[in-house]
Amino acid sequence: MAIAGYAIGAQFGYIYVRAEYPLAIHRLRIAINQARDLGLLGKNILGTNFSFDVEIKIGAGAFICGEETALINSIEGGRGEPTVKPPYPAQVGLWKKPTNINNVETFANVPPIILNGADWFSSIGTEKSKGTKVFALAGKVNNVGLVEVPMGITLREIIYDLGGGIKGDKKFKAVQTGGPSGGCIPADHLDTPIDYDTLNALGSMMGSGGMIVMDEDDCMVNIAKFYLEFSCDESCGRCTACRVGNKRMLEILNKITEGKGEMEDLEMLKELAETIKDSSLCGLGQTSPNPVLSTMKFFYDEYLAHVKDKSCPAGVCTELLKYYIIPEKCVGCTACAKVCPVNVIHGEPRKVHVYKRQDV
Amino acid sequence: MAKYDVDEVKLRQLEEYIDSLEQKEGALIGVLYKAQEIFGYLPKDVQLFIARKLGITAAKVYGVATFYSYFTMEPRGKHVINVCMGTACFVKGADKILEEIKKELDIKEGNMSKDGLFTVDTLRCVGACGLAPVVMVDGKVYGRVKIEDVKGILDEYRE
Ligand code: FES
Repeated sequence: MAIAGYAIGAQFGYIYVRAEYPLAIHRLRIAINQARDLGLLGKNILGTNFSFDVEIKIGAGAFICGEETALINSIEGGRGEPTVKPPYPAQVGLWKKPTNINNVETFANVPPIILNGADWFSSIGTEKSKGTKVFALAGKVNNVGLVEVPMGITLREIIYDLGGGIKGDKKFKAVQTGGPSGGCIPADHLDTPIDYDTLNALGSMMGSGGMIVMDEDDCMVNIAKFYLEFSCDESCGRCTACRVGNKRMLEILNKITEGKGEMEDLEMLKELAETIKDSSLCGLGQTSPNPVLSTMKFFYDEYLAHVKDKSCPAGVCTELLKYYIIPEKCVGCTACAKVCPVNVIHGEPRKVHVYKRQDV
Repeated sequence: MAKYDVDEVKLRQLEEYIDSLEQKEGALIGVLYKAQEIFGYLPKDVQLFIARKLGITAAKVYGVATFYSYFTMEPRGKHVINVCMGTACFVKGADKILEEIKKELDIKEGNMSKDGLFTVDTLRCVGACGLAPVVMVDGKVYGRVKIEDVKGILDEYRE
């Protein structure tokens, strides 16, 4: 940041950290103090007449504050709502002054480029996306954690080589990239070399660099619902498309996972998703339909199963589960009858139980 | 000074903090943090007090306090349990952990246990995705939590 400050003639910077990361904040404070002690931050850095200092600003639990204009509003102490661009922060930013705003990862790339030269940097990666990228690999893989890989690596290499494959030798179903507004990528695309463009083409994105692996036990409709709940929660409410549209989509997904979905709902869902994508003010709304669109594109059969057969292939959506008793296996232990919340299991101890609903 | 229906001593403490700030512009979020730390939550009168102290409208304070999920206007239990509902934790069954905690604490509505000892809340990713599913109690992180572990974790705070 100090280098960036030097380049553009700025003297002060803010680091915005989520309040949910107390450890990161703690370490950052130590690092900043050390840098000050070494004379790398503060007045007259390294004896020059260039001065630069930073302050940590702590967020307060709002996803939208990752959007640059929202982040600026939040630093100013207001509601973290995005504003219409243009004007861009480079024109009118923090305290109405021209502001340069970047991700940590971007800044982290600068020192090695200065040290090793631009040619070295662009020798890594693909034609359009240069350098490396850090992914946060998580979910149903054996090795979880942060991985830094060259652009253009395939998903298979990340998940199977670095990630050590799927936990419990289950079947891979999808990988979700880019955080809550990215999309889900199915097994057929595991060998795609990933960079910014290929991920976008697959209906997902690089986004936060999150990479969540899902296996056969995950229901993609439920996953889409989960992400949408998130987007509804985090929508700042400023534009109608995002505030109301996401809510309507969530209602439809709730209907579907409860087994009350109809075929029109699927069309409606798609239409809504596309409208929200086109008409939202900021990145959150423009990308929040991604999980829905990508799961509908790649896992349409799961939607159909929920709507037409009223069943959830992964066995996640509880309202769609069908229970039955295998008479040969039942020893009459009464365990199931005791926990049944709706009392539909009948029988005497040590005898074979039966499943009987009153309403059918 | 106008009368505020909150603990005098605590209010004094907050006032000192605000007075100590060099710059009042942009300080609102920081002040709300401090207020929540002192009072445990943000009662209406505290918000009003902050607004007057900082010379901004109460609507602005309320707007910010309700915007960020970190701030709460409800009193909270002695211990705050946060279940991470980020994606990594969700695919590892965080929803079931949450259910178990609520069951164990006998919470049916709202999110506070009847004895006022615990408040259960959810967060979106605490940055420990490798340890999913994650539960935080008063800032202490428990990773790779299993349903069977829930009781043990709660018991630590029950004395
Ligand atoms: S999703 Fe729970 S720690 Fe990241």
